[in-house]
Amino acid sequence: MSAALEPILTRNIGVPNSEKIDVYLARGGYSALQKALKMDPEALIQEVRASGLRGRGGAGFPAGLKWGFMPKGDQTKYVCINTDEGEPGTFKDRLIVEHDPHSIIEGAIIAAYAVNAHRAFVYIRGEFFLGVKRWIKAIDEAYHRGFLGKDILGSGFDIDLSVHRGAGAYICGEETALINSLEGLRGEPRIKPPYPAQIGLWGEPTLVHNVETLANIPHIVNRGAAWYQSIGTENSVGSKLFCVSGHVRKRGNYELPLGTPLREIIFEHAGGMRSSKPLKAVIPGGASTPVLTSAHLDLPMDFESVAQAGSMLGTGAIIVMEDGTDMVDVARRLMRFFVHESCGKCTPCRVGTRNLLNTLERIVAGEGEPGDIDLLEDICSNMVGSTFCPLGEAAANPVLSTLKHFRHEYQYYLDHKKPMTAA
Amino acid sequence: MSQATRFRDPANQSMVLTALYIAQEQYGHLNQEALERVAERLELPVSQVYSTASFYSLLHTQAKGRYHIQVCEGISCALCGGAETLIDYLQDKLAIRAGGITPDGMFSLEVVQCLASCGTSPAVRVNDELYDDLNFDKVDRLLDQLAEREEA
Repeated sequence: MSAALEPILTRNIGVPNSEKIDVYLARGGYSALQKALKMDPEALIQEVRASGLRGRGGAGFPAGLKWGFMPKGDQTKYVCINTDEGEPGTFKDRLIVEHDPHSIIEGAIIAAYAVNAHRAFVYIRGEFFLGVKRWIKAIDEAYHRGFLGKDILGSGFDIDLSVHRGAGAYICGEETALINSLEGLRGEPRIKPPYPAQIGLWGEPTLVHNVETLANIPHIVNRGAAWYQSIGTENSVGSKLFCVSGHVRKRGNYELPLGTPLREIIFEHAGGMRSSKPLKAVIPGGASTPVLTSAHLDLPMDFESVAQAGSMLGTGAIIVMEDGTDMVDVARRLMRFFVHESCGKCTPCRVGTRNLLNTLERIVAGEGEPGDIDLLEDICSNMVGSTFCPLGEAAANPVLSTLKHFRHEYQYYLDHKKPMTAA
Repeated sequence: MSQATRFRDPANQSMVLTALYIAQEQYGHLNQEALERVAERLELPVSQVYSTASFYSLLHTQAKGRYHIQVCEGISCALCGGAETLIDYLQDKLAIRAGGITPDGMFSLEVVQCLASCGTSPAVRVNDELYDDLNFDKVDRLLDQLAEREEA
């Protein structure tokens, strides 16, 4: 077991009324902002770059680099707080928004100061009704105490922040789709480049960050890049909220250093399997990431190691499945998600996901035909590399990865017209 | 390289989702009249407002019940006794199919994707409230509570 980590992102979670500003202030909140406002913005960007912090929304892009891509100078710029958490298996951002919203606000103000932006937006999932209420309350409190608004804390820096509620579209977690939605349009992604740091919201440079990413910022500012570097692995620095769901005894969020072995997360922190049935399969980073098996339990959960194992760290949403789980049906279910959430803009994704689902539903209904496995692979090969955004690419993952590890279950369905797990 | 000029009025256009939420609350769902009013107020083409409205699953262009029940069919709900198990139970209980509405207009049922309650699945959302860690008994009690609230 790795050395116990002091809670960083979860340090306020569980404290009574942790969402209120008085509690946040009493626990040292907004001290990083006071420190940051006395720093040179360029030095702040350097500090975040040196910390090695990578985006926690799924892609793992270095946060400091993203800040560095924003143009210097006084032109209009925006910061967006991506609270569109919708990746099946993921419930970490909801935890921070509902119980520690000021840590995100503080991180966002520091980011805005570093890139010299004076307007910031929260984009939150429409489904998060409590989250919307908590966001609005927290922002009101921050205005009231002078952390938001004109000349904050007498620094001469102005920053406004408001909440924009989404309306139910997973794709709006993709930063360019989020920007379209903020503009009141359909949440379809835009072509990249140009990246939002060049042309974003209303055509202006825009920095978009996930909630968990921003919640790291105050700690990095307060305690320094060298301290942050001491947590996690060389290239996957810091702690991570791992969301464990499925067939485990203790489902929930666990804050652990990046690089913590999958086995430790599942069997020590999440209490192991819920019954005597052994572990069969694991999705390591949310529905978009390829399925792994019990053979991967010693995998360190960091960006590089999970990628080497043929999957992705994604959002750190670990979905655990016990023996007896029908993996073809798992693929069918995940495909229903992608069909529902495909925005329809590009053909490989819109038609590809639908064709995959039709084929999977036919197989699960016992109406599969001999060539169906080839057909699935053929459809996937026409999607990977040819979709407009990462959603379409990810949509092939459930099929390709279950075919890779559980091909015999597909074959059994085709041969016997029923699941192998029912045999 | 600003593209800001391509919009009629960026401030108005950005209000579309918010305005649609307000209209939906007033009209119950986004019928033709609701869409036209939003378009008129924001000085945008009705086609553009409809284009946005039709994209998002929380914006309803069809009538919904006073209690709109959304059942998650996501993977983490399915693994822990939710999804079809709960959907079938609710369909029987309310005597409607998913996508339908009860004749008295009280309940409508919709199957949705992840509600970010995977750690406390199975989850259901009724209007703006989330209910999790559900089983058949809890669903029964929830429906009874809603019926009582309606009578009060």
